[in-house]
Amino acid sequence: MFNKQYEAMEVKKLKELQLERLKWSLKHAYNNVPYYRQSFDKAKFNPDKFSSLDDLKHVPFLMKQAMRDSYPFGLFAVPMEKVIRIHSSSGTTGNATVVGYTKNDIEVWAEVMARTIAAAGGSEKDVVQVAYGYGLFTGGLGLHYGAEKLGATVIPISGGNTERQLMLIKDFGTTMLACTPSYAINMADFAEKKMNFDFKKTKLRAGVFGAEPWTESMRKEIESRMGIDAYDIYGLSEVIGPGVSCECSEKSGLHVFEDHFYVEVIDPETGEVLPEGEKGEIVYTSLTKEACPVIRYRSRDITRIYRDACKCGRTLIKMEKVTGRSDDMLIIRGVNVFPMQIEAVLMEVEGTEPHYQIIVDRKGALDDVEIMVEVNEKIFTDELGALKGLAERIEQRIRSALGISAKITLVEPSTLQRSEGKAKRVIDKRQL
Amino acid sequence: MNVTQLSLFLENKPGHLQSALKVLAEEGINIMTLTIAEVADFGIVRMIVNKPQKALEALRQHKFVCSPTDVLAIELDDKPGSLLRALEIFSKRNLNIEYMYAFTEKRGDRAVMIFKFADIEAAKKALLEEGFNVVKKIDLIGE
Repeated sequence: MFNKQYEAMEVKKLKELQLERLKWSLKHAYNNVPYYRQSFDKAKFNPDKFSSLDDLKHVPFLMKQAMRDSYPFGLFAVPMEKVIRIHSSSGTTGNATVVGYTKNDIEVWAEVMARTIAAAGGSEKDVVQVAYGYGLFTGGLGLHYGAEKLGATVIPISGGNTERQLMLIKDFGTTMLACTPSYAINMADFAEKKMNFDFKKTKLRAGVFGAEPWTESMRKEIESRMGIDAYDIYGLSEVIGPGVSCECSEKSGLHVFEDHFYVEVIDPETGEVLPEGEKGEIVYTSLTKEACPVIRYRSRDITRIYRDACKCGRTLIKMEKVTGRSDDMLIIRGVNVFPMQIEAVLMEVEGTEPHYQIIVDRKGALDDVEIMVEVNEKIFTDELGALKGLAERIEQRIRSALGISAKITLVEPSTLQRSEGKAKRVIDKRQL
Repeated sequence: MNVTQLSLFLENKPGHLQSALKVLAEEGINIMTLTIAEVADFGIVRMIVNKPQKALEALRQHKFVCSPTDVLAIELDDKPGSLLRALEIFSKRNLNIEYMYAFTEKRGDRAVMIFKFADIEAAKKALLEEGFNVVKKIDLIGE
């Protein structure tokens, strides 16, 4: 355990700590971010009178849209000279959510990431290959700082170039791999098919995988093909990045770092807080974040939280692996995609309301997206080149606006599945 | 003088052309000529039929995307080099052909080619000036 004082804190004490920190966080948000001031005032919530964790249910939610509307720095609670790092979610300019970190925020982030890697059995003796993307995405740098904080040896290779990844695993004696689970499977495929590479002959023994939903069967596949232990790590850039919660040696549920993040589970329809153990949407409140406090941020991730006597010794509450979302967001190769965004591109390119269907599948280890677009009289042209050009223009716009590549297939009208008159927009064939 | 061609969008999959042709057969529509331009996923069926308006309505009723397109039917001598000479004139007149195909039946001893020009009116004027015989719609579909 990296920080026994907090990770194994007596629950009563932990709650006291949470309350104390929550009081600060609410005031900090209220006093320094106009958005929170307005929203608290409107709900007649006075942070000075906040006196028990239970009172949090009276505080308004923070929706993703409000974060987008505050683009770029509208929710920052400190002056820019205090901000030492910016990260941003993938997505279009108008849809990106931008987050900032003070020196202390970066320190906290490194701390929770160090705990995450330690929970997967990591220590200063490990060589950690960070194959998450480095850049605005929080994955690469989040893992990097955590591994350094832990005192491990970091290989900051970033994503891609699979042949080189495998070469370094062998040559540098990598013991832990950090990347998306789908990329891990991709690596295993490449190793078998192209390189005659045997993981069993390397020192690789564990991996921390996250940034996209994955299943138990994917875990088994990664573990058996790479000969390692695979751990789920969870986070979201709005809250801090990776490092919100992680699995321990028990691989059953993810411990939430409650000394920094307060979690509630709500009914996504009514917004009511649900008792522990019930399934609903998980909501996050930051307790220590300075630059971008989040107060009751609705993640849209569906899970349940529960506190058990975990054999690992951590007293921290657990969340189940996220099993779904309360909105229609898709995560495609780590990129968040809403069908609405695709619809907007189609509207823009075609100038007409299209009938379309998004089909997501997993080809090998990677997500594959096909968008079927019904041809109508308005977009139909007698020229083959122009129709083909239309499909290509949509592909290009989707790539530039959403950051994903999708194959556009033009189909005959009224061929796409509709249920009760309403078009079925998304068919997700991935076994998640 | 323009000939109405029907252009029909179809996915490039087994059975799709068949279901479109079934609609025409049931309406008693005769196809005079038909050609298909295709890419991997889809194709455009271009055809000249004896009752274009009726065919258009029937196809649309059956949820096909179909549009009428004006094309020119031009008589050419059925001899080596006559198409070449026609094309030489088109290029001299700067007339761009978007696509072309042959009509299935001869008119007397002459062949008929269907041309889709970018600018049909300019093409028609130029062709008449150059002495081409542009076949009338009714001559072609025999109504």
